[in-house]
Amino acid sequence: MDDILTLDYGSGGKKTAALIDEIILPQLGNEALSSLGDGAMLDGKLAFSTDSFVVSPLFFPGGDIGKLCVCGTVNDLAMCGAEPKYLSLALIIEEGFPTESLRRIVASIKSAAQAAGVAVVTGDTKVVERGRGDGVYINTSGIGAVRYPGLGPERMRPGDAVLISGTAGDHGAAVMLARDGLMEGEIRSDCAALNGLARAVLESGADVKVLRDPTRGGAATTLCEFAEASGLGIELDEAAIPVRRDVEAACALLGLDPLYCANEGKMLAVVAAEDAERALEAMRSCPEGENAAMIGRVIADRPGKVVLRTRTGGGRILQKLAGAQLPRIC
Amino acid sequence: MRSAEILERLRALPGQRVRLMEVCGTHTMAIAKAGLKRLLPEGVELVSGPGCPVCVTPPELMDAALELASRPGVTVASYGDMIRVPGSRRGDDLAHRRARGGSVAMVYSPMDAVELARRQPEREVVFLGVGFETTAPGTAASVLAARAQGIKNYSVFPMLRLVEPALRALIGSEGFDVQGFLCPGHVAVVTGSEFFRFLPEEYGLPAVVAGFEPEDVLLSVYELLRMLSESRPGLVNEYKRAVSAEGNALARETMERVFRPARASWRGLGEIDGSGLEFTEELAEFDAVKKFDIRLNRAGTPTACRCGEVITGRMPPEGCQLFGKICTPEDPVGPCMVSSEGACAAAYKYREC
Repeated sequence: MDDILTLDYGSGGKKTAALIDEIILPQLGNEALSSLGDGAMLDGKLAFSTDSFVVSPLFFPGGDIGKLCVCGTVNDLAMCGAEPKYLSLALIIEEGFPTESLRRIVASIKSAAQAAGVAVVTGDTKVVERGRGDGVYINTSGIGAVRYPGLGPERMRPGDAVLISGTAGDHGAAVMLARDGLMEGEIRSDCAALNGLARAVLESGADVKVLRDPTRGGAATTLCEFAEASGLGIELDEAAIPVRRDVEAACALLGLDPLYCANEGKMLAVVAAEDAERALEAMRSCPEGENAAMIGRVIADRPGKVVLRTRTGGGRILQKLAGAQLPRIC
Repeated sequence: MRSAEILERLRALPGQRVRLMEVCGTHTMAIAKAGLKRLLPEGVELVSGPGCPVCVTPPELMDAALELASRPGVTVASYGDMIRVPGSRRGDDLAHRRARGGSVAMVYSPMDAVELARRQPEREVVFLGVGFETTAPGTAASVLAARAQGIKNYSVFPMLRLVEPALRALIGSEGFDVQGFLCPGHVAVVTGSEFFRFLPEEYGLPAVVAGFEPEDVLLSVYELLRMLSESRPGLVNEYKRAVSAEGNALARETMERVFRPARASWRGLGEIDGSGLEFTEELAEFDAVKKFDIRLNRAGTPTACRCGEVITGRMPPEGCQLFGKICTPEDPVGPCMVSSEGACAAAYKYREC
C-alpha cells in the first residue's frame, strides 16, 4: 500500500482489494465479512448489504443518484439469492445544494423503491460546509430474506455456462460522457433493479451456481473474481459478448474497454451447462434481460484465469482492473 | 476482407524470419487486444517502437511537471495517460501530487484546459503538451485560441515530439534489427502518407501506413511481408479511409505558427536534433518553461527499468527483470507500464494465450 490513498483505491480493482485485504480484514474480519460477497449472509436467513454513492454528475441519461442508490443495494441483495425488503437511507448534503434537486432525487428514490418492492425504513441526514462535499453523497443499506442460500463461485464446475443479462459497459460510458459532454447522442445508463431478473433465473429451475452484478471494474473484473474464487478458468468468446455500438464507439474514442466499464443493471450468472438455455429464456422474459447472452464457459485448465478468445481468433488473458481507467492521448 | 482470409493469404507467403516494428502505441494496444501475435506465421515478430507519447517522455520532464503541480496557484492540466506516470522517484506521480493537495485536472483536449483557465482567472493553468504530430496541431490551436481570447493565465509545457527524426535516429542506431515498419495511421492523417516515403527510398525498408482495426494490422503485415518476399520495398497506404497522400495542411500550418523544431530528449533514444517542438518567439508568452523558469535535472536516479530498450525494439517487455514482478500497472516503475498505449502495459494487460 502507498502511504496515502489515491483515487485508484476507489476504483474497484486490485488496489481496492489491497485496501480491504491489508487494512479492513486483518482487524475486522469475521465469517460473514470475510467471504466478501455482495452482501453478508446472517444465520442463513438474512442478507445484509451496504453501498455508498458518489456519482458525478448527479443526474445522467437513464438515471440519477437517487435511482442508483436504491438499485445498487437492491442488486447486491438479489445477487445473494435474497428478496430485498428494507433499506436505510443516509444523505450527506453540501451546503448550498438546491432544494429542488434534492426533491428530485428523493422522488427518484421513491419510484425506484416502489418498482423494486422495497421500503425505506430508517435514515439520516447531515449537511456539511460548502466545499466539503460534492453536492450530495448517499449511503443505503438493505436487508433481504434469503430464498436461495448457498450461491457462490465455489460451486462452479468445468463446463458450466457463463451468462450476461445484457450489454456490457452502458453505465460507465453514459456517466463518462455525461460528465464531460463529450459526444453527441445519448448513451443511457442501464441503472435498474435486478431482483425481478434474479428471481426469474432462480425460479426457472436452472442449477444456478453464482450471480453477481458487475459494477465498478466491469464484467472483466467480476469474472476474474469468479475464476480466482473457484480456482477454475473461464473462457470467453469476445464475439458473443453484447456491447452496444455507441458504447463501443465511445470507448474506442476514449481508449477505454467496455468490459471494464461499470454496469448498474446487468447480471453475470454461472449456471450448469444443461440449464444455459433455460436460464437465458428466464432472463429474456424480463425487460432487464432482453439482450441476455451466453458469453463463455468454465474450464478446468488455466485455473484462476479468464481467457478471452478474440474476434480475430487470437486469445488473451483478462486481468482485473488496475486503478481507474484513464482516457488516452490520441 | 475478413481476418481469416487475410491470415490465409499471410500463411501462403514464403516463410521468412523478420522483425516488423509498429511505431504507434495505439497499434501496440490493438495488436495485444486482438491477440494477433500468435496468429502470425512462424518467424514473423512484431516489436514496439517509440510511438507511445507517454513512454518516450524522459523522466526529467515528468519531474518538472510534478513540481509544477505542487506550486501554489498552479493547476496542471493533462491527458489521462499522464496522471500515473512516475517521475524519477517511484510512486511520485500526478495522482499522488493531487492526493497531497496539488492541483491536477484531467482534460480530453487542450481546449478544455483553455476553458479551465478562462473560468479560473486567479489560477495559472499549464497544459502538458505531449504527443506527436497527432496532438501538436490541437495544442497549437489551443495557444492561438487563448491568445485570441486574451487569456493570459494559460500556458503549455511543450513535450511534443516528431516522428521522422526519431525513426531516422532509431534506424541509424547500433543493433537496429527491424525489416519493415507499420507506420502510425493517426500521425499520417496530419502528415500524409507520402511523409513516410523516406523509409523505403532512403533506407530500403518497406513501410505501410496502417489503420487500427485487427484487419488493418493483419493486412498491413501482409503487405510488408509481400514486399519483403519480393525484395521490393515500397510505401503502401492501407489506411486510405482516413489518410490522404498529402495529409492535413491546415493542421500542419497551425502547428508551424506556434512551434518550431528543436533538439529534444527521448527516453531510450537520448537527444535528437529537431525531434521536439519549442515555441516560436511570437508566442513565447505561452511557454510554461519560460513562464515558470522550469529547469530540468537530467542527472536522474539510476533505475533497472528498461523502458528505453523496450520502445526501441531491443527488448520485449518480458525481457525486463522488473516486468510483472516489481513493475505492474498498479505500481509502475516505467511509463511503458502506465500508458494505455505502452508496450509493457499491453503485454501485461493482454497476455496472449
